[in-house]
Amino acid sequence: MTRITELPVEERVLPGNRACAGCGLGIGLRAVAKALEGRAVLTVPASCLTVLGGMYPVTSVQMPWVNCAFPSTAAVATGIAAGLRATGRGEELTVLAMAGDGGTGDIGIQALSGAAERNDDLIYLCYDNEAYMNTGTQRSGSTPVGARTTTTWTGKRENPKDVPRIMEAHRVPYVAVTSAAFPTDVYDKVAKARSMRGLRYLHMHTSCPSGWGFDPALSVRLGKAAVECGIVILYEVEHGAFRLTGRSAALAKAGGALKPVDEYLAAQSRFRGLDAQAKAAIQAWVDERWTEALERHARGK
Amino acid sequence: MTVRILTGNESAAWGARLARVQVVAAYPITPQSPVVETISAWVQAGELPAEFIAVESEHSAMSVCIGASTAGARTFTATSSNGLAYMTEQIWWAAGARLPIVMCVANRSLAAPWNVLNDQQDSMSVRDAGWIQLHCRDNQEILDTVVQAYRIAERLNLPVMVCYDGFLLSHTAMPVEVPTPEAVDAFLPPRPAPLQVIDPADPRNIGPVVIADRRRDAGGVLRGGYMELRAAHHEALLSALDVVAETADEWERSTGRSTGGLVVQHRLDDAEVVLVAAGSLVTQLTLVADGLRDRGVAVGVLGIRCYRPFPVEALRERLSGVRAALVFDKALSYGYAGPIAADLRAALYGVDGAPAVYGAVCGLGGREVTPEALTDAALSALADARAGVRERAVAWVGRLSEEVSR
Amino acid sequence: MDPFDAIAMSRPARGEAGRTGDWRNARPVIDASACVAAKQARVTCQICWAHCPDACIEQGAPPSIDLEYCKGCGICAEECPAGAIAMVPEAEHGVCEAAEVEER
Ligand SMILES: Cc1ncc(C[n+]2csc(CCOP(=O)(O)OP(=O)(O)O)c2C)c(N)n1
Ligand code: SF4
Ligand code: SF4
Ligand code: SF4
Ligand SMILES: [Mg+2]
Repeated sequence: MTRITELPVEERVLPGNRACAGCGLGIGLRAVAKALEGRAVLTVPASCLTVLGGMYPVTSVQMPWVNCAFPSTAAVATGIAAGLRATGRGEELTVLAMAGDGGTGDIGIQALSGAAERNDDLIYLCYDNEAYMNTGTQRSGSTPVGARTTTTWTGKRENPKDVPRIMEAHRVPYVAVTSAAFPTDVYDKVAKARSMRGLRYLHMHTSCPSGWGFDPALSVRLGKAAVECGIVILYEVEHGAFRLTGRSAALAKAGGALKPVDEYLAAQSRFRGLDAQAKAAIQAWVDERWTEALERHARGK
Repeated sequence: MTVRILTGNESAAWGARLARVQVVAAYPITPQSPVVETISAWVQAGELPAEFIAVESEHSAMSVCIGASTAGARTFTATSSNGLAYMTEQIWWAAGARLPIVMCVANRSLAAPWNVLNDQQDSMSVRDAGWIQLHCRDNQEILDTVVQAYRIAERLNLPVMVCYDGFLLSHTAMPVEVPTPEAVDAFLPPRPAPLQVIDPADPRNIGPVVIADRRRDAGGVLRGGYMELRAAHHEALLSALDVVAETADEWERSTGRSTGGLVVQHRLDDAEVVLVAAGSLVTQLTLVADGLRDRGVAVGVLGIRCYRPFPVEALRERLSGVRAALVFDKALSYGYAGPIAADLRAALYGVDGAPAVYGAVCGLGGREVTPEALTDAALSALADARAGVRERAVAWVGRLSEEVSR
Repeated sequence: MDPFDAIAMSRPARGEAGRTGDWRNARPVIDASACVAAKQARVTCQICWAHCPDACIEQGAPPSIDLEYCKGCGICAEECPAGAIAMVPEAEHGVCEAAEVEER
């Protein structure tokens, strides 16, 4: 595992960009860019990342970047990869499709599933801030149960969909879950993905102070807390082999005890007003997934 | 050059093959499917050195073309009907991003209700998106137009839609002269470097948010806002009027075959009434006009090859001194008029000596368009024109309402 | 044709959103006497650097902060294992200098 002081120093995400103060996406994107060493072309749909990227004619990211329509990310990435091959540049650049959770698991899932079924040669990275943030915090398929959004005023009733598992079902060579609260984990997984071919899927949890309702100073702390209480599980599935990674692996090694979800929930205004029963339901959902992950980790698949 | 018996779909595939397309992405839909089936067979057999990407939707077909074209590849796709409607978001994107994508549209009606047969509602419904739209009269023109389309597209950085009537052309076989690859190579050089730059040494953000106002770039140069970019797009499209005509001339010089530039005309001399249409209907109208001329009725035909940009000057010039233009649309802007009729009326508005413009809708959902019905429509237009009628309601040619209700 | 007049295409620059330092209510101030890296006089730790969302921290012993763009989120202070970074309210520094109004 790469240590912080071993991360490349060069920055490709420039200061003075348009993301909110304390945005987890900024932290994650920096680590992603470091792992790609600039040898990549991004394609990005409508999202907070578009905003971070900046408005014509100035951009805040020093990497080739092709904006695309909201549902089209994976297919545009497939096209860029094919176009680079056709023009003799296939080996030069990694194609990175990078979209939000809505752009991935909801409106973009058709294109993503098609690209995964064809095992197209690209990295697809979903940054998951658990709602449609760019349009004002509406619920997405990734919004956790209980969370208030501008379309779930009393809290979302449904559990989030498990997009990494959907991707695993496509049997692509690499599926990994990471968190921007752990930049080195992001870096290592992107670096590994970069060394592979075919469709590589990364799911990066990114905390969002504006949409979740918390003090931006706590952005990393909350991202870590999500892992420590099992709401986010860090793992990778490489050619079918499952293993927990990073902090989740450490938790498993230490006996598998998680922090209760209460503290994590209490820190965010989107979870205000959850009653004991609702919290217990969330805890049960977490425990079930964590037990399953521990079993898979032990089995290695 | 060899003569082959080809369907319209095969002619389209041959056009793409001769243009040496590099990336083809498509999704099946009747009546277009044989285009991509043919291309995929060639790619799999190693006869066409291109990538064929079997995508999961038309939206993705155009998305793949957008990505590949941005990276500098020559791209191709084909669709029809609901497939075109489904990719509409990306039709707009391809045009606004100024990508020289060429797409064939085997024209078909739009659901609901389901109907797989020909009309031109599909491509007409995206006429405002900023593509060049060319219509073909026969299979030879399909092949010839696809090759020309790449020259036009890559000169102007604009996408081109090559439209031909579903089944009437797509599934009808006729002799087609297939030029040699060398002849096409001489006409169509490889794609020049794209406007879009993908280079880690000079990183660019392509297609970002553009505000309403102007804004300075990092070097202090004031750049236009959204409206300036749109104006540039519109101007590029207007300049296509010259480029489409020039390209057709050059094609004629290199192959000896005329495809028509912006419009095709037939027996316009002293015509009292001119029949206007796009696509295979133009061929039909030519025969109708010949029949009427034999009976001493002065009827001519004006075929619209280039529907977008709309060839306003060419139409004004050809129609000056004519009593009436009768436009046959295989589409309808519901609640108003046929699209070509409406456009022509606007183009002629206020022009001295301009003809009356009558609109007729025909052939929707594959309703047969008979020579008799076209002849009757032409004669009734002539009678109205001679009576000085300027405005008429849309005429429904071939509508069977009375028989149905009886 | 200048491609920049035909298609929307941007070039990178710092401060795309202007001087984002103006967004700040409190500024991070590093106490070198507490900073692990400074104490070891080596570029160790750098946790603050790795977790700044805005790439406003330059590596060093101690690291340095670009206050022109630092948005004052406070993550660096929160994550510093040595408690070496304090978030000092801007009011204590007087009114922050108004950025020149640039036509962008
Ligand atoms: C076809 C289409 N529908 C809706 C939108 C509006 N839209 C833009 S971004 C967005 C939400 C993006 O959410 P997500 O993908 O989670 O990214 P985030 O903004 O949260 O980073 C929506 C709904 C759009 N651009 N295109
Ligand atoms: S809304 Fe959330 S994800 Fe979007 S820029 Fe702000 S903090 Fe980041
Ligand atoms: S982490 Fe936040 S407060 Fe610290 S330097 Fe970066 S932007 Fe400023
Ligand atoms: S996190 Fe704290 S201790 Fe570590 S380098 Fe930064 S200021 Fe020094
Ligand atoms: Mg989101």
